[in-house]
Amino acid sequence: MNWKGHTLMNKYIFTLLISALGLRVFAQANISPAGPQDKKTVIMGAKLHIGNGQVIENGYLIFDKGKITGVGDATTVRFDFSGSTVINANGKQVYPGFIAPVTNLGLAEYESVKATLDFAEIGTFNPHIRSLVAYNTDSKVPATLRSNGVLMAQITPQGGTISGSSSVVQLDAWNWEDAALRKDDAQHLNWPVTPKPRPGFGSRAAVSEELLKERTQKILFELDQLFAEAKAYAETEKPAVINTRLAAMKHLFDGQQKLFISADAQKDITAAINFAKKYGITPVLVGGEEAYLMIPFLKENNISVVVKQPHALPNSVDDDVNLPYKNAGILANAGINVVVSIDGYWQQRNLPFMAGTVAAWGLDKEKALQTITLNTAKVLGIDKSTGSLENGKDATFFISAGDALDMKGNRVEQAFIQGRSINLDNLHKQLDKKFSAKYASEKK
Amino acid sequence: MKKILLQLMLVFFATSVFAQQTYPVNGSYDIRQGTYALINATIVVNANQTISNGTLLIKGQTIQSAGTGISVPKGYVVIDLKGKFIYPSFVDAFTSYGITEPVRNPGSGQRQSIFVSTKKGAYGWNEAIRPETQVNALFNADPKKADELRKAGFGSVNVISRDGIARGTSAAVTLSDERENNTMLNPQSAANYSFNKGSSQNDYPTSLMGSIALLRQTYYDAQWYGKQKQEYNISLEEFNKQQTIPQIFEADGWQNILRADKIGKEFGKQYVIKSNGDEYQRINEVKSTGASLIIPVNFVKAYDVEDTVEARSISLAQMKGWEMAPANPSILEKAGIKFALTTFGSENLKDFWTNLRTAIDYGLTEKQALLSMTEIPATMIGIADKVGSLEKGKLANFIITSDSLFKKNSNIEENWVQGKRFITFKKEAQGKDTVATALAKKAEPRKAQTLGPVIYPFTSFGTASPLKQESVLLKNATVWTNEKEGILQNADVLLENGKIKAIGKNLSAGNAKVIDATGKHITAGIIDEHSHIAIAGGVNEGAQSSSAEVRITDVVNSEDVNIYRQLAGGVTTSHLLHGSANPVGGQSQLIKLRWGKSPEELKFGGNDGFIKFALGENVKQSNFGTGARFPVTRMGVEQSFVDEFTRAKEYKAALLKKDNNVRRDLELDAIVEILDNKRFITCHSYVQSEINMLIKVADSLGFKINTFTHILEGYKVADKMKAHGINGSTFSDWWAYKMEVAEAIPYNGKIMHNVGITTAFNSDDAEMARRLNQEAGKATLYGEVPEEDALKFVTLNPAKMLHIDNRVGSLKAGKDADVVIWSDNPLSIYAKAEKTFVDGIAYWDIDRDAQIRKDQKSERNRLIQKMQDNKKKGAKTQRPQADAPRIYNCETLEDYSLELNELERTHTHE
Repeated sequence: MNWKGHTLMNKYIFTLLISALGLRVFAQANISPAGPQDKKTVIMGAKLHIGNGQVIENGYLIFDKGKITGVGDATTVRFDFSGSTVINANGKQVYPGFIAPVTNLGLAEYESVKATLDFAEIGTFNPHIRSLVAYNTDSKVPATLRSNGVLMAQITPQGGTISGSSSVVQLDAWNWEDAALRKDDAQHLNWPVTPKPRPGFGSRAAVSEELLKERTQKILFELDQLFAEAKAYAETEKPAVINTRLAAMKHLFDGQQKLFISADAQKDITAAINFAKKYGITPVLVGGEEAYLMIPFLKENNISVVVKQPHALPNSVDDDVNLPYKNAGILANAGINVVVSIDGYWQQRNLPFMAGTVAAWGLDKEKALQTITLNTAKVLGIDKSTGSLENGKDATFFISAGDALDMKGNRVEQAFIQGRSINLDNLHKQLDKKFSAKYASEKK
Repeated sequence: MKKILLQLMLVFFATSVFAQQTYPVNGSYDIRQGTYALINATIVVNANQTISNGTLLIKGQTIQSAGTGISVPKGYVVIDLKGKFIYPSFVDAFTSYGITEPVRNPGSGQRQSIFVSTKKGAYGWNEAIRPETQVNALFNADPKKADELRKAGFGSVNVISRDGIARGTSAAVTLSDERENNTMLNPQSAANYSFNKGSSQNDYPTSLMGSIALLRQTYYDAQWYGKQKQEYNISLEEFNKQQTIPQIFEADGWQNILRADKIGKEFGKQYVIKSNGDEYQRINEVKSTGASLIIPVNFVKAYDVEDTVEARSISLAQMKGWEMAPANPSILEKAGIKFALTTFGSENLKDFWTNLRTAIDYGLTEKQALLSMTEIPATMIGIADKVGSLEKGKLANFIITSDSLFKKNSNIEENWVQGKRFITFKKEAQGKDTVATALAKKAEPRKAQTLGPVIYPFTSFGTASPLKQESVLLKNATVWTNEKEGILQNADVLLENGKIKAIGKNLSAGNAKVIDATGKHITAGIIDEHSHIAIAGGVNEGAQSSSAEVRITDVVNSEDVNIYRQLAGGVTTSHLLHGSANPVGGQSQLIKLRWGKSPEELKFGGNDGFIKFALGENVKQSNFGTGARFPVTRMGVEQSFVDEFTRAKEYKAALLKKDNNVRRDLELDAIVEILDNKRFITCHSYVQSEINMLIKVADSLGFKINTFTHILEGYKVADKMKAHGINGSTFSDWWAYKMEVAEAIPYNGKIMHNVGITTAFNSDDAEMARRLNQEAGKATLYGEVPEEDALKFVTLNPAKMLHIDNRVGSLKAGKDADVVIWSDNPLSIYAKAEKTFVDGIAYWDIDRDAQIRKDQKSERNRLIQKMQDNKKKGAKTQRPQADAPRIYNCETLEDYSLELNELERTHTHE
């Protein structure tokens, strides 16, 4: 899109442009990443959800060269708009771009088609595996996320005990290098858990509880050994033998790379956190189904929790049927830094509604918003540049006609990533247009 | 004394009280007279008649007389039993004594693609139907096991080959150590059945509903077989021969009792049903079957709850099950249900006796206990003329005890089988428990047991007393009528007698309870067109390309907590569907979420029947299976339907001919119902080519498609669907989970709706069903469907496609009081269902739920305390292990029999 010539947009021109976009039928391949911001832009009159808990009812937001340069209350300030693009957003709402943590977005296209799956490498300990290089910017999925306000994601490998390192990307890019916001932000460890011996089928049925336990013990031992050796390796200036696995773990110990550990049961959470502490690491807990039962321990250790999707069934029959909805709120209200996530990749477009659910079941709305913006940016190590609408941060946000945490209000009209006004078209909109037009023409 | 006893034993081993007529003897014959007079004993002739100071005369194998004042004839060995008791020895109607247990397929759960029997010879098509099995030919006495059983007081048992769905005949034998020729009491004691296909190599059936269908079909096949001359079939021939003897069904669990009994009733049979001891959970329903039961006393051990973290994994139902199990026999007795006790399932016979004593502590009368171990089981297996009581002419099968049987310190001293004397040696105090000492050990005085209430259903969130239907006036709400009145502001809804009485402003309450609903929204209950909750034993019978014969109605599971969870999301009606593993799936069942009611009471009632069809990747097994089952392409899928309907038409025509002997075919019956517009299709579908294909097949073969479910590319063929009057029930926004959803779009619902198709959003998922209102909200996000229409996607529109919109789906006077009160606009993420009424009963109430959880917590704490007390007293415990309830969707494939085998395996390893 060529945005030149629209420098003095008022609400009406803006609306016109949007509908002009709507009439043109693109193919997915033609949804190009936007060029750099070429003009200072001012958004006027919107309700600004800052992302840190604050709200400005009638706000202004100025951004230039991809960065936010001004945020404040529009009722008390007068501007000189000359040389700026003005977006009149009266009655609309502005949100920081939502961030999807722990997702295999861009590493999978169709769940059942093996050739399209690139998120789970074989092997138990894969710290040297990097998700970023497999992140497919041409996937049809990210565009469907952007149109609901999800603008960034932590692309995360799965499988094994150590799955590898994730990277944080923004969702409007030509290739993975362009996309990267933070490379190798975290290592991902699946805490070894003895599977519940239950009436089941397949290989598990034939294995005794004792044997399962023994296997877990063995993996735990190997894990410990790996960390011990990796730490020693990190301290060695010139290792005698180069080991890519150990080398990949180096920055876990100097804090430059985070350690995300998936664990759900109380005992596993305790063990996982104590394990990390032993190596001087403050981990991020992922999952944490039973985390709500051990809040003091988590606070004591300054643990952030990435809560699994609130839209889930209770873990056990006796649990409060609405516990998964309440879980994140219970933790956040207790003062824990909570990040809300959702499983999968195509599902990420529902991330806003996960936060909405958390808000419905006990957490303040703006705090719920934080669980998919600023809190997430913090655990991903990108809070200096993203996560909230604050001066100096990336101009990565969107304008919605209504409450973006609610499907009834989420209407993303315009979105910016680092100041670039991105194309909100996607495969689904295109197919909608194609077939709606067919039936409309048949009616005539 | 000991020496003498030992010698006696030796003598007995070498001699016989009766001759073996046909067998030669190596050496001299040593046939004894076997005439004994047992005098001065207390003779318990049967549970109702006791003779004090009596005499029992025995000659050979038989009792000559039992009574007082009988003079002992000459030539009788006199045994003075002063102070001792004589009881008929016990009968166990359900054992696998003396028979090799079949090697069950341990199985990987993988289908083998074995479609018909691998058994050589003129047998039936399915190996799970093996009525040709005759235990009398397989039985091989097991001296060690016989000795154990005799020491526990048993004299005769029924021997069952526990393999297959139709298992053939069992044999009743005594526990004498004689040759099998002499111990056989009834070589055809019963015909036996189960839901477990056992060692069968065949894929079919994979599910409980498949087992049921196969057995029903077998009855019809056997009826047909008896009237035809073209086919010789040993299995069916034997099946027919077994119909006049007793019929025993191993069912396990009260729900399966109901299922087995229903099959029996269909074919004029009253099964004796072997169950698992959970009958107390629905005693009334069990009683109403009229079936006699065989039940174990293998009570679950207490869980070791010292570790509070581990204790969390034990559900309330498991804990309550532990507490209630010992009361089960007593509850059965009080309910007047005829039942026998079996040792089956007890880890050992010592446990059997320990638990039996516990059952008596919990209120089982001694008289009933005796009846349930003598006359009742003897009658069940057709040997009551020979054993079970001490009357003239019956076999001399009895035990001699040191005291009244159930008294403390009473020992079983002798066990006579067919007149042959077996003596229990008392081990000198070695500290090791014997059956006798276990018997004696229960020295504590009996005290009344305090038990928690039975809750319905027997799981978390069940209630002790049924929830009541009330007259309720919901005041001053935003009312989404789904009728021409649209959305009413500040309106009232009056519920009475399970129906909506009136809707309007300022309605007078009359006697109704008033609920202030100011600021709330009221809608009709949510209807899920595509659900797999509340189903037992598998949702897919996918071993064949058509399984039209299986019925979800047979396997509705009232105990699924997902019913309660979904009420919490405003769901009131669910359409329970077969899965999508094959083109022609099974018959579906519509239920209302009447939490706490029995499976039968959950059924919607009076509605049209539906059947599941499926297209696409699942039916062609793109992502599972061996690829050997037809079809594996969408081309083959077409021919599956063509063949099925072609055959059904021929079948229908053949049935119309006079004096036909057409084999009743349950599969084709269902298809004929479709052709006759008596059963309706909901077809799982994805891509446009296949959707178009089925429309054409339907046109050419003369049937209608009611609904395309999932229908993710409905938006591409909406005009064709509209032209055929086909409904669309889809997902709001699912895609990318497999190849055939590459072009699934969230605007699908909107486009179909705009074209004029009755459109719904369904769940196919126990989780998503809890928030279908929000899924409807997504229709406003993707495509700006007006809010009023969007709500209809999950209420009125599914009601229309299920042909129940005359009763549910909108708020209108006269319709069922299936109503939800929401805290907010129901299409919003912030809306919570605060109350969900079904038939005017508030099965979900967000405030009551909070109270239930509180009560549940204290009940859990009570039970944990009780278990700990028990452990302190020395009771055995087991490690906490959570039950893992199954959650199904369309694609869930599992094997019901494997599950049963696994349960049995883990249970015995506890």
